[in-house]
Amino acid sequence: MRYVVHVDVLPKEGILDPQGKAVEEALPALGFSGVEKVRVGKHIVLEMDGNSAEEVLARAEEMARKFLSNPVIEEFRVRLGGAAGEGRSG
Amino acid sequence: MGRPKVGVVVFPGSLDDRDAARALHLSGMEPVLLWHAERDLAGVDAVVLPGGFSYGDYLRAGAIARFAPVMEKVAEFAQAGHPVLGICNGFQILCEAGLLPGALARNSSLRFICREVWVRVEEETPFTAGLKGRVLRLPIKHSQGRYLPPGGSEESLAGVGKVIFRYADSLGEARPEVNPNGSVGNIAGVASAAGNVVGLMPHPEHAADPELGRTDGLPIFSSLLAHLEGKAPLAEAALPR
Repeated sequence: MRYVVHVDVLPKEGILDPQGKAVEEALPALGFSGVEKVRVGKHIVLEMDGNSAEEVLARAEEMARKFLSNPVIEEFRVRLGGAAGEGRSG
Repeated sequence: MGRPKVGVVVFPGSLDDRDAARALHLSGMEPVLLWHAERDLAGVDAVVLPGGFSYGDYLRAGAIARFAPVMEKVAEFAQAGHPVLGICNGFQILCEAGLLPGALARNSSLRFICREVWVRVEEETPFTAGLKGRVLRLPIKHSQGRYLPPGGSEESLAGVGKVIFRYADSLGEARPEVNPNGSVGNIAGVASAAGNVVGLMPHPEHAADPELGRTDGLPIFSSLLAHLEGKAPLAEAALPR
């Protein structure tokens, strides 16, 4: 069966995220107020074949731990999703 | 005994392999270019991982290069106590491969920096013999050079590595104002706990040819030559007798 797995990689809490900070500081200048904190990371979409959701997620988690993220500076979250790019967008 | 042979690994996207080879040659060693797909180190006595943008720096700088076939041999070579030097992208690769502690993140300025800096040598290694306390003028050129120790603070390096180079002023004082990229503790380079694996963001190989104006990087390579000609690998030498 074909699964779509989403991996979010973000700079660890407490580690300076200059990209997030730059976005955070730019938002008020564009008229968007009320944003307290911004972190900028990566969103990786994997299309994977597997026998069960559990097995696919376990493999994706191993990939995230060993390769897609660097545990010294980043944290990650793995979740099952629908088609790539689903959700509201412009 | 002939000139010691030093491997320079060439990844797709390496840029500074030729300068590294030239610096090794000028310092009295024989450079051997090692293609990333090789599984053999050709009997070299030391290895240099040069600067550049291996595999386009995709995902993270060094993240893909660490899985190159040659890296398995480099890891074995490093663990056996032989000298391995990573410069800039080479430093990033050694961190990603777990051969050096910590990680290199995006510069706090978010900008690519290309200029000369002063770095103070903190400890003796095969690459810094007799250089402790010296202040060297070396170029940097990177956008992911902000060194972060494994636990965030410099104290977390204890037992897993040591600080070898720090960004400083011309008098050797590591003031926060001269920190070019936001590295913790002005750290510009570190070594493994055993001391035989060293990585640094500044480029000694770009400051090694008198025709290019500055030779502050040469002592790093001369130190390697002296080490290879005179001493056993550090890890072996450090074994209790």
